[in-house]
Amino acid sequence: MQTAVNLWPLLGVAVIIAGFLLRQNPVMVVIISAIVTGLAATMPIDKILISLGNGFIKTRNLPLILLLPLGVIGLLERYGLKEQAQILIAKIKSATAGRLLIVYLFVREVSAALGLVSLGGHPQMVRPLIAPMAEGAAENRYGSLPDKILFKIRAMSAATDNVGLFFGEDIFVAFGAIVLMQTIIRGYNIEVNPLHIAMWGIPTAICAFFIHAFRLNRLDAEIERALGAKNSTGSVVVDEPKGEKI
Amino acid sequence: MNPTIFSLDYFFILLGLTLSIISIMSFRDSGNPRRIATGTFWALYAVVFLIGDRLLPLVVGIIVVVMALIAGLGGVSLGKYGQFTPEERRSSALKLGNKLLIPALIIPFTTVIGSVVFQKTKIGGMFLLDQKNFTLVSLGLGCIFALIVACRITHGTPVQAMREARRLIDSMGWAVVLPHMLAVLGLLFMDAGVGKAVAQVTTTYIPMDTRFVAVVVYCLGMAIFTMIMGNGFAAFPVMIGGVGIPILIGVFHGNPAVIAAIGMFSGYCGTLMTPMAANFNIVPAALLELPDKNGVIKVQILTALPLLTVNIFLMYYLMQF
Repeated sequence: MQTAVNLWPLLGVAVIIAGFLLRQNPVMVVIISAIVTGLAATMPIDKILISLGNGFIKTRNLPLILLLPLGVIGLLERYGLKEQAQILIAKIKSATAGRLLIVYLFVREVSAALGLVSLGGHPQMVRPLIAPMAEGAAENRYGSLPDKILFKIRAMSAATDNVGLFFGEDIFVAFGAIVLMQTIIRGYNIEVNPLHIAMWGIPTAICAFFIHAFRLNRLDAEIERALGAKNSTGSVVVDEPKGEKI
Repeated sequence: MNPTIFSLDYFFILLGLTLSIISIMSFRDSGNPRRIATGTFWALYAVVFLIGDRLLPLVVGIIVVVMALIAGLGGVSLGKYGQFTPEERRSSALKLGNKLLIPALIIPFTTVIGSVVFQKTKIGGMFLLDQKNFTLVSLGLGCIFALIVACRITHGTPVQAMREARRLIDSMGWAVVLPHMLAVLGLLFMDAGVGKAVAQVTTTYIPMDTRFVAVVVYCLGMAIFTMIMGNGFAAFPVMIGGVGIPILIGVFHGNPAVIAAIGMFSGYCGTLMTPMAANFNIVPAALLELPDKNGVIKVQILTALPLLTVNIFLMYYLMQF
């Protein structure tokens, strides 16, 4: 290789991959990778520490989003917020975990596309409201849920928030990613209209909705397959979701 | 820069004070087998928020390494929190009803209204909200409003809210600081030239003489590089510079808007599949108390892979417009 690009810092990437594959504690893996990467780039140890410290202070706003809402959410949970979310969902007889999450996916994606990205989120929306409602909808039909199903519903609730956010926000013109793309491409003397970047994102955004909605539909089918025969209340007839046999 | 009435710094102090209280509660919690380590961990994090910007970067770097050691050796542990029983919670829910939802909804609505309506508001020549971080400041204000309303509705106290915050923070454990540490690693990767090295490897060893192969390399490259770096923003400059501009636009005359938009979305497919995007994947698993920290990633893979395939074909056909 004739160019002067130093390939040794890739060792840091190797440490990350190995660490996660060997299921070591991620925080430890990240710090070891940081030190290995720094050493591979011939940085002395004190410079690595300084760079870690500067980075840690520079990115302090990241944990705020997660940590600030916890006090209120915790207090409300103590006084029955999750239980109330489940009482509410029990009133909607046609609700299933999958259908509820499809509605949330739609609302999350459309509101993010309009720039309202903070209408969802894991600490303030998914944990206190969305996941308990999805669990509640399934419990109303099948009684108490085995852990495997319960954890699957929770994981899908978090996944739904992510998919809605990611593929919605990028078709909002003023979103940072679009500005970033425009700026970087301008660096190569090519002008792109941000509106066009947003517009060409729409086909993917629509496909993301349908692919994930299909998966949520399958989630209902999976819950029905696992629990339907065993302890269906009999009063509720679950109509077969479309596309189940594909 | 203009002075601000609600600066982000106030919320760093607020979070620092909260973490200090959580730390003291942890030190005093005899139900926690590792109370000293747990208390030290949160005390160090509190210091970072309270006076972090006045400390030498070297000192903060040492704090980061010590926190990683405590977390890595299993030092952050669960204590006792005096929770209500499920029956108590249910009867409280029946008593308070839908009023319980109000504070929970105040947080997102204040954030939206603050960042949309009051973004540029000035009072007496001072901006109301920190101009660089108006969304975060709005979120912080929303949390304060929500806490006031929540205390009125439930007759709980702010101290009780601190206890509950500790319960939630402890239940997440080290996952709380993982996104922060990963952000630091991302910066260090950039300093050390990891991006350049990856671009070098991909563009040197893969022949891209047909349009389809070039599209596949670009989209897969975005996804894989995003998985390594933890976010698409870091992957985009590398892949657009390595493959997008010289080959997709330069050789095959593709539409730059299509290549940018679908390229970034391919990166997001990668975000769905990597533990490096901890705030989207690992933290929610911890928040929802899943036994498998990769549980969210596992259910996302089956959405991400089909979507990545769709992206490749969308780009292949749409880039000609």
